[in-house]
Amino acid sequence: MRNNTRNKENSEPIIEVRNLGKKYDISHMRGGYVALRDVIANVFRNPFSFAKHKAKQAVGLEKKEEFWALKDVNFNVQRGEVVGVIGANGAGKSTLLKILSQITPPTTGEIILRGRVGSLLEVGTGFHPELTGRENIFLNGAILGMKKAEIEKKFDRIVEFAGIEKFLDTPVKRYSSGMYVRLAFSVAAHMEPDILLVDEVLAVGDAEFQKKCLGKMDEITKKEGRTILFVSHNMGAIQTLCQRCVLLEKGKVVKEGKTSEVISFYTTPKEKSEVVTLKEINKDAAITKIWLTDTQDEEKVQAIEMGSDIFLNLEYRIEKDLPAMDIAALISKDGLSILNSFDIDMDENFKYNRKPGLFETRVKLPTSIFKEGTYIIEIKIGTNRNISDPNATIKFEIINRKIDLTNKSYHKNRPGFLYQNLEWQTKKI
Amino acid sequence: MESTVIRPRKVFSLKDVKELWQYRELLYFFSWRDLKVRYKQTAIGIIWVILQPFVTMVVFSVFFGQLAGMPSDGVPYPIFVYTGLLFWHFFSGALSETASSLVGNQAIITKVYFPRLILPISSVVTKFIDFLLGATILVAMMIYYGYTPYLSGLLIIPLLLIITFFAASGLGMFLSALNVKYRDVRYVLPFFIQILLFVTPVIYPASIAGRYSWILALNPMTGVVQTARAALLGATSINWILLLISAIACFMLLIIGVVYFKKVERYFADII
Repeated sequence: MRNNTRNKENSEPIIEVRNLGKKYDISHMRGGYVALRDVIANVFRNPFSFAKHKAKQAVGLEKKEEFWALKDVNFNVQRGEVVGVIGANGAGKSTLLKILSQITPPTTGEIILRGRVGSLLEVGTGFHPELTGRENIFLNGAILGMKKAEIEKKFDRIVEFAGIEKFLDTPVKRYSSGMYVRLAFSVAAHMEPDILLVDEVLAVGDAEFQKKCLGKMDEITKKEGRTILFVSHNMGAIQTLCQRCVLLEKGKVVKEGKTSEVISFYTTPKEKSEVVTLKEINKDAAITKIWLTDTQDEEKVQAIEMGSDIFLNLEYRIEKDLPAMDIAALISKDGLSILNSFDIDMDENFKYNRKPGLFETRVKLPTSIFKEGTYIIEIKIGTNRNISDPNATIKFEIINRKIDLTNKSYHKNRPGFLYQNLEWQTKKI
Repeated sequence: MESTVIRPRKVFSLKDVKELWQYRELLYFFSWRDLKVRYKQTAIGIIWVILQPFVTMVVFSVFFGQLAGMPSDGVPYPIFVYTGLLFWHFFSGALSETASSLVGNQAIITKVYFPRLILPISSVVTKFIDFLLGATILVAMMIYYGYTPYLSGLLIIPLLLIITFFAASGLGMFLSALNVKYRDVRYVLPFFIQILLFVTPVIYPASIAGRYSWILALNPMTGVVQTARAALLGATSINWILLLISAIACFMLLIIGVVYFKKVERYFADII
């Protein structure tokens, strides 16, 4: 389809996404693939119920378990804009890119793309390990949608950018992983489409190369006026590259606008904590309320950004004179204790001769050294007779939305509880 | 300026054909890749392409030609069976390559858009190159046995190749798409191909079936093999009715293949 009215073309958005939705059937995804045997066996075992099932499906009566990866997504991108797409894992970012690059069709809605689209969901798609660097440039270029003549024209620039002149005729299986990624990105960077869709591809490669890639992408947009849709977890990269951002949450656009505004909206935890309120049982002493606040404006929170501390707040009542009493807070994760603290650690005399009354206490927890995850704090009151309430617990979440943890020792999938950069000092001996 | 509209898609349209044409270079690159990669790190490389049908021909000639005394329409058995094998290998090789073409390129399918039909078609193209290499042996054998083909016979060969090409493409598209959902295909296919060999007059002449040979012709390769022998070796006269039945069967296969492929194509990236 060609659009010949040039004036109209420039004022119209280059990407128009309207009421986009993508539905997955959960049953579809669970099994991976089905064996024909099971289907046939099912038909023969229960021919009647199979027919009923099919009939219901046809009429649309049967309720399948559905999952909308995207629902009612609407946004426009103007020519020459660099738009970032951000959101937590599972928010639908990758699905959006897959639909935009026509890998999978939408279930509802439509997208209009006014220009040649290049998608970079992965660097080195289709690279064949047995083929040489030279051969792979052509193969990968063709897969990315370049014409042979076009690749020939850009060949020298691709090789130069990747810095692999010497290894051009070596099979890429003998390349170092750095060389491999450099070559792959270099081919992709020379695609020159009107619209470039980029997924988290910059997570690979060393820091220096990442900078080079970001520089190249910046050049592509600033000098050549191309449009980029950029998905990343790297807020730094988003901030330097994109003027505008779209924030996805559970398959919906929840915020759209200037990058700085969207990022701050995204990184500010929104969940306000419910204060855990406990029934006052007839006991000598009891916790009545537990809540958490952040250390800056002392707002109630349930989730904090990785690297910040949190205040634990308690309210408790003492009914009568107690010869000895203390309060303990135990932080644990996945059933393993991490940190235990008593309110008498600072001053042991505080333990004795406690008077009746309603008290409020507050303690700063060093959560800035904790990794991502869900943590549980159990509160106990200790006297000569043990008074504990199993409900006196509060949960909090440490989330990471700013720091790229790929390759880091404190990535959440690696062992350990703490988030710490240690100074490794190495010298040659 | 080209503009694309992405909507929930359903059926095959003329746009698909246009798109295939736009992506013809990718088709070339996929075939080129498969050819390049196939015999890497082998000692005799491309000779394997010729060796396989040649050795099969020798074995068949010894067992079926010499020991079993299979009739061969008055033509020396080795050249009789090789003519059949050459087309048969093109067809069966293309079939097994295409069936795994989508699953084998999973990484590309889930990351880049291109008309998926290119993958099975490029597998058939790769096998066509093999056919051309194998044909050199046939030429050598024809010189050895002193056969000079008629000009009219040579003219019909391209038609036979087109039938083989599209029959393999059609069935291959169907199988490759089915394989995305049901991996059973890769276990069933070797048996299927073996059985198919026996209902194709490769080892024996179609005349063995007598007046029921039209049933054999429902298998498009029957018409192809039979006509190839008639055209190149003058074994029999060309049976046009047989060829027509095979051509129609080939066309049906192609339609079924394309329709099924397009129908399930949109789910490939989700379920592969």
